[in-house]
Formats: sequence, C-alpha cells, structure tokens
Amino acid sequence: MSFTRRIMLRTAGAALGGALAFASTSAFAQGAGTIKVGVLHSLSGTMAISETTLKDVMLMLIEEQNKKGGLLGKKLEPVVVDPASNWPLFAEKARELISKDKVSATFGCWTSVSRKSVLPVFEELNSILFYPVQYEGEESSKNIFYTGAAPNQQAIPAVDYLMASEKVQRWVLAGTDYVYPRTTNKILEAYLKSKGVKQEDIMINYTPFGHSDWQTIVADIKKFGSAGKKTAVVSTINGDANVPFYKELGNAGVKATDIPVVAFSVGEEELAGIDTKPLVGHLAAWNYFQSVDNADNKAFIEKWKTFTKNPKRVTNDPMEAHVIGFNMWVKAVEKAGTTDTEAVLDAMIGVSVPNLTGGYSTMMPNHHITKPVLIGEVQADGQFNTVWQTSGLVVGDEWSDYLEGSKDLISDWRKPLSCGNFNVKTGKCGGAGK
Amino acid sequence: MNQLPRLRASRALAIPLPANGAKSLIETLAFAAAAFVLLILALFVAPHARAQGGFDVIIGLTTDKFPDTERALNELPGAGLATAPDIVEALVANRLYFNGPARKLYFADEAGKMFDAATGESADVMASALKKVRINNAVRRSLDAARGALTLMSPDPAKRKAAADSVFKSRDATALPLLEAALAQETVSANRKILEEARAAIIAGDSGANEVQRLEAIDILKSRGDQDAVSVLTTIASWSEGRVKAAADSASSVIQAKLALWRNVQNIWYGLSLGSVLLLAAIGLAITFGVMGIINMAHGEMVMLGAYTTFAVQEWARTSHPGLLNYSLFIAIPLAFLVTAAVGILIERVVIRFLYGRPLETLLATFGISLILQQAVRTIFGANNREVSAPSFMAGSFDFGSLQIGYGRMWIIVFALAVFFALQFVLRATSFGLRMRAVTQNRRMASSMGIDTNRIDAMAFGLGSGIAGMAGVALSQIDNVSPNLGQSYIIDSFMVVVFGGVGNLWGTLLGALTLGVANKFLEPIAGAVLGKILLLVFIILFIQKRPRGLFALKGRAVEA
Repeated sequence: MSFTRRIMLRTAGAALGGALAFASTSAFAQGAGTIKVGVLHSLSGTMAISETTLKDVMLMLIEEQNKKGGLLGKKLEPVVVDPASNWPLFAEKARELISKDKVSATFGCWTSVSRKSVLPVFEELNSILFYPVQYEGEESSKNIFYTGAAPNQQAIPAVDYLMASEKVQRWVLAGTDYVYPRTTNKILEAYLKSKGVKQEDIMINYTPFGHSDWQTIVADIKKFGSAGKKTAVVSTINGDANVPFYKELGNAGVKATDIPVVAFSVGEEELAGIDTKPLVGHLAAWNYFQSVDNADNKAFIEKWKTFTKNPKRVTNDPMEAHVIGFNMWVKAVEKAGTTDTEAVLDAMIGVSVPNLTGGYSTMMPNHHITKPVLIGEVQADGQFNTVWQTSGLVVGDEWSDYLEGSKDLISDWRKPLSCGNFNVKTGKCGGAGK
Repeated sequence: MNQLPRLRASRALAIPLPANGAKSLIETLAFAAAAFVLLILALFVAPHARAQGGFDVIIGLTTDKFPDTERALNELPGAGLATAPDIVEALVANRLYFNGPARKLYFADEAGKMFDAATGESADVMASALKKVRINNAVRRSLDAARGALTLMSPDPAKRKAAADSVFKSRDATALPLLEAALAQETVSANRKILEEARAAIIAGDSGANEVQRLEAIDILKSRGDQDAVSVLTTIASWSEGRVKAAADSASSVIQAKLALWRNVQNIWYGLSLGSVLLLAAIGLAITFGVMGIINMAHGEMVMLGAYTTFAVQEWARTSHPGLLNYSLFIAIPLAFLVTAAVGILIERVVIRFLYGRPLETLLATFGISLILQQAVRTIFGANNREVSAPSFMAGSFDFGSLQIGYGRMWIIVFALAVFFALQFVLRATSFGLRMRAVTQNRRMASSMGIDTNRIDAMAFGLGSGIAGMAGVALSQIDNVSPNLGQSYIIDSFMVVVFGGVGNLWGTLLGALTLGVANKFLEPIAGAVLGKILLLVFIILFIQKRPRGLFALKGRAVEA
C-alpha cells in the first residue's frame, strides 16, 4: 500500500514540479534599503477587538528584529493596513500590500471568512501569508502558513481531557453560527460518536453573532445536564457573545464543578472584560497561556507590557502564534538568503523555532506547525491555570480524520509532490499547483 | 488512619435510622447523641492520632498531583486533623503552600502569616519560596464536599445552608454521620429541610440501605421537586432495580411534568426580560424616529456612550471613592443621560437640522456619525471590552416556585418601566412635552404660535439620545462594553418601533414585550438563529397587513 502510494506521489509530483517552475518569478521587488512586512489586521469594526492586539505584536516583533540589526542587513519596515472587519476589503487590501507596497510576507486575518477572502489573492500573486488563529482545518494552501491550532490541536484533546478526567458522558456543542463552529462541531460529533457517545447525549446549539440574551439557552443546558450523566459544554461561541454567555452562566449558578464549559475562542483578552470569580474552573483549550511558567514567556510578557506601556496588558495564544510565525519567517529568509517567495516557501518547511511554552515548534510539510496542547482552568484573576497538557508536541492535521471526504486527503508542499489536497485513495491531487 | 473505620462504623449505625415514625423521636435523639459523641470523639482523639491519621493527608497535599490532592481532601474530614478547617479555607482562598521535597504543608492567614498545617503553629517560611497547592475541577468538587462536611456545624446559618447544599450535591456517604449530627442540632427549619434532603439523597443512592428507607428517601426528593432532584433521581434509577427503580422513575417523571409547566412561566419571564431590554434600546428611538421622523443610525452609539459613561464612573469610584462603587450606577444614570443628551444636541445642531425632510441623506449622515463615534471610543478607551461590575443588589438570584429569577434581570425590567413612565410624564404633563407634541404635529402652526421650533427640535433629539444613554447604563450590566455595543441593538430598535407603530410610545412598549415573549417561545423550538428569522418574517407580513404598526396614529399628522 505505502509503496504504491509513494510511486503515485512521485508521478503526481513530477507533473506538478514542472508547472511550479513557471510560477516562481514574482516577488523580487523590495524597497531600496528595507524589507517590507505587511500587517493585515482589522483596526476598526467588529473584529478590531481581537485584531488590534495582533497588529501591536507585529510592530513590537519588527521593532525588536530591527534592534538586532534587521534581516539580511536590511531594516524591516511594517506596512499596516486596516481592512475594517470587512471581508471583501481584506482581499483588496491584500492585493494592495502585495502589488503596490511589494511586501515580502504578510501577517494577518482572524476570522476564517477573511482568510478565505484573501486566499485567492495570495495564490494569484504568489505571496506569503501567516495566519495566527485556531481554525476549522479542511484547507492547506501553498501560500499560507497556519500557525494557529487545527482541530486536532485544540478541540479533540479538550474532549479527550473531559472524557478522561471529568468522566463526561453528555455533551452540549454550543457555537456561533458560522463556518468555524459548524465544521469543528461536525468533526467533534463524528469523533464523539466514534467513541460510543449516543446521539441523544449530544445537544448542538447555534446562536447568531453577538447573541446577547442567553437565558433560554443556559436554562436548556441546565436541563440537559440534569439527566444523571456528567455533562459538559464545548463552546465555539465567538468573541463578543461570550461575555453575556458567561455572565448568564454565573447568574444561573452553573458552576464548573457541575457543568464545566470548555471554550476554544476564549483567551486572556476575552476574560479581561469579565468578572471571572463566578467562572473559576471553566476551561479553555489553547496552545499557550500567559500563566505558563518559563523564562522565555516571562521575558515576552515583560517586553509586551513595556511596549504597550500598560502593566495590565495580557498576552494570548494568537499572539504566541505570530511570535512563532515571525521567527520562523526570519529564520527561513536567513536560510534562503533572499525574500523571494519560492525560496522562502521551500526554506520554511522544517524550520524550527522556540515557542513560548518551553519547547520548539516546527513547520511541517502541510504548512501547519507542531504545538503542545494545554487545558487551563479560569482563575479568579482572569488567568488560566494549566491542569493538563499533552506529553509531546502535536502535529497540526489539516484534513480531519473524522470527516467523510477529508479523511483520505493529505497535504505535502515539499517538492516534487507540492499538493495541498492529495487523495491517498485515488492517488490524485485534487487541485493544487494552480 | 484509625479514625476512618470509626466513622464508617458510625455510618453503619446511622443508616438504619428511620426517617419518620412514632417511636422515632427517642431513637433519633439516641442516634444523634451517638453520632455527636463520635464526632466529639473524633475531634478530641485527634491529637493522638495525628502523627498517623493526619500524616497521609498532608503528604497527599504535597505531591502536586491532582489525584493525590483529591484523595487527601476526601479523607480530610475523617482524618481528625485539628487544622482541617484551616486547610480547606486556605485552599479555597488559594493560600495553601507546600514544600515538595520536605513534605511540609503550610497555610497562610488573610494577613499572609504562615502556619504549619500539620501542627497549626506559626512557621517561619516565606510564601515565595514555596509552591501553591493547585486545584482542578475534580479537586474543587472534593473541596466543596470536605468544606460542606466541615462547616455543617458552623454557627452561621447561611454557612450551614451552603454546607448542606454542597453535601446534597456531593452525596458523599462519608458525610452522613456529620449530617445526622448537624440535623439533630439544626433549629432553622429551611436548613433542616435541606439537611433532610441531603440525607435522603445519600440514603436513596446507597445500595446497602434497606428498601423501605430508600423509598422514603425518594419521597423526600420528590417533594423537593426541582432540577437537582431530577438529576439525583435519574442517577439512582439508572443503576437501581425493582421497586426503587420504579419509584425513582415515577418521582422524576412527576417532577419533570411539573417543571414542564413551569417552563412556560419561565419563557414568559425571559420574554419580559428580553422585551425590557428591547424597550430600553428602542424607547429613545421612539422619540427621534417615531415622533420626530429622523432615521437616526447613530442611536446605537448613544447606548454605547451611556455604557462607557458607566464604565468611567465605576473607574472613578474604584480609584478614588471605593465606598461609592456599589452605588455607582445611580451616579451613572443621570450622568449618562446628560452626556448622551449633550452629544445628541450637538449632532442635531451641527448635522441633522440641515437635513430635515431628506430622510436618505439623514440616514447616510447619521450612519457616518455612528462610525465616527465608534472609532473615537475605540481610540480613547481601546478596542477591548471594558469590565463593568455588577453592584451587590443586582448579583445573584432567588427562586420563585421552580423559576429562578436573577436580580439583575429583574431590576432591568423595573428600570425599563420606570424610564417608560417617566417619559410619558414628560411628554404629557410638562410644557416642554406639550410644545414638542405641537411641533411634531404641525410645525408651521406651532411656529406661528410663538414656539421656537429649532430649539424644540434640538431638545427633543437630546431627550431621545439621553434616554438611549440611560439604556446604555442598564445594558452595561448584561452585555459587553465595547465600541460595537450599539450595533447589535440598532436593528432590533427599529424593528420594535416600526412594529409598535411609529409615533406611539404605548405601541413601543407593547411591541417590545410582544417581540420579547414571542422570541423566547420560538427559541426553544426553532433555535436562536431560526427563531430570529421567523420573527423577522412575521414582522414583514404584519407590516404588509398593517403598514403603520400595532397602534397607528390617525389624523392629519400622519400625512405630513
């Protein structure tokens, strides 16, 4: 089986390699004495709440790199644009960054829809995007590096933890109604069923963006949780809706010891707007917590507080993803000796840099990185206390093994295969190398 | 360790205790006395047993492993350690420290003074040199149970109630002797009831107890009649057999039938609560849009400014007048009114007055203003959510039958109605209200009667904006205080005003409450997303049938 697969990979790869050789002409242009880095995060509109921080992190990282003497003997120059939480505008701004400003790489996007909107632009103009947020997977582009968690680096370990440590048998999958929660919940539902959880023990609930009246849903969760089996809520509720949700949980007296809520979109930043005392013990799954105790992280937090001139500023997981992504890019450019897109794309795979949780993260051939998975409990001070963590690093799995139609796909951007959705059953590449 | 068998023995003694019956009084007393003596014994014998009995517990707490911590806590109430209550309280407050290699456990008091947990004597160690004992949910559950068992005898009735509640939840059979002892002493009848229910929960779930007692216990749980009781009963039914299973099943279905009825009451209550929020958001718009006819897209931003005013007042109170923090909302309400009214008047004078009679331009201009205001707030306060804490009288909830009513939601309903009636009063009973109605009904006639229509326009717009600001104070309690706060309410507000009937405040009231209740009845059936869509479809159809909403204004004003 593996032998035939290898042959097939090689044949497919040879065909693709030729096609790719033509494509590698762009991205020579750079500013006279500087290397430009695009920062594509919303500074206004709904998503500004999360993305502004990431822009600041990028500015800090670039400033720091320049203090160290820049890159390839040149200074780095950030080019900050504001796509204003407007998805089509993301694509326009990306085009502007690549064609007009001639950036060598771009760090940006938060929501999956914004990533989907810029993806064709980055592929068409052959430039590089670093995407720092946990997402639903089912994608692997030649031009995008995914430094956030794939579902197997966040959702599945969290469910495993609840099953093993809290003996949870009944599940509420609650999410905001858009692509990330829907896909994640689909994967989780398939995973839970593969573990023998019955349909009647799974409750799925979707709410609109910015939902603010949670009374009915919290009452439903309470009712669902009183069937005599240990119940937990897996929350993919996004951004703004979380504050009223947690407030309602607190008001309704749903304690973490009765029905724990594990969230995938709630980090230190989100908790900064809530009184966390009633929430102590509710969980979050991430690849980084500010409370992680090691020297690298302490130094990073210190730098961040100095840079923002705010001793109360918190750090979070997507920030760490940008730190990893930026350091990987710097290393890859140094290795390639140029910022030329094709050379950097090749050099990126296999690059390994320290993460802030005390280990190393490596860029894998599928453009996803290796990360530890941490489960933390909310503390009264708005921080997380790590209660469990994977013993080693987990490789991001872009095509979920639990979904029909995606379990046979793999992604490998090394030459000669260079394919983002290679089907190991049919031995064909679904549509890469465009 | 030798305390444990003793307690187990007392549990075995206590189980045959009849729940009621003619000769039970003497027996109860006798058993209570026995249990009490055992408890006293446990406390007094403790010093001799500590070297052995307390040793394990202390070691368990110093390994930094959750399962060990959990086990240590489970054994703590029975270990006869004099410092057990201190250890538990310190762990709850995150003040329990350990020295791993030395196997030493320390707790700090509130002032930060360190004590050796094994002896209770003060210790000369620095907290910074030690590690804290970490807890997770499993440990927290054991901690609650241990704390419950240890505080069942507390002199404070509220603490005893909390302790009884946590024993009910943990159903920890080892707590039974302590429970019996507490029951013998308890004088507050409400607490007695919870203690009896807790005992019933333990006995009903004890497969070793005899069937009659378990059936009696199930009866007690049935009379408790809430969701928690259902939870206990279904657990019992899931592994019991015969008559016990049948009784537990029937009891839980009786309770569930009752709860299903209550769920309708709950839907109405939640609907009123949602309706009051809609009313608050829409009532200012009922003035600016409904009465004055201005399509004000910046209305939501007035709500947002009100919420930020609340935040600013709280910050001020927190830093300079901590005593006022609990009452900061009362300062924020008038202040938010003044701030947003001033902003409203400014907008009216600078922009809107040039656009009267040109609704499309007004819409675009006010939409622009809303973006400017959002970005201004984002620049000043930052893009992150701001924390507005709830005053003590708005936190928590109380039970009304099987309905749990949150104080916060309740006060918001009261506040919404108060604002509504105050506004009615202003419009009906003051000379400003009279002039305003005159201007909106017939501007030229009012003008020729000597009313300064420009001034009235500005004042009316200010009033509408100011009310939106007060709504912001209330919304800061239930929603995020972020620059986007207003956006999520603007569509709902227009919906309410149009549905209720443009230009009619009573229509706004009825419209808000109807939409709120309808939403809450649709939500459990159709889900939050579909429910909202259905409601919108309903309003579209309704407007087709009655273009002027629930309460249509009649007469010449309508045509203007």
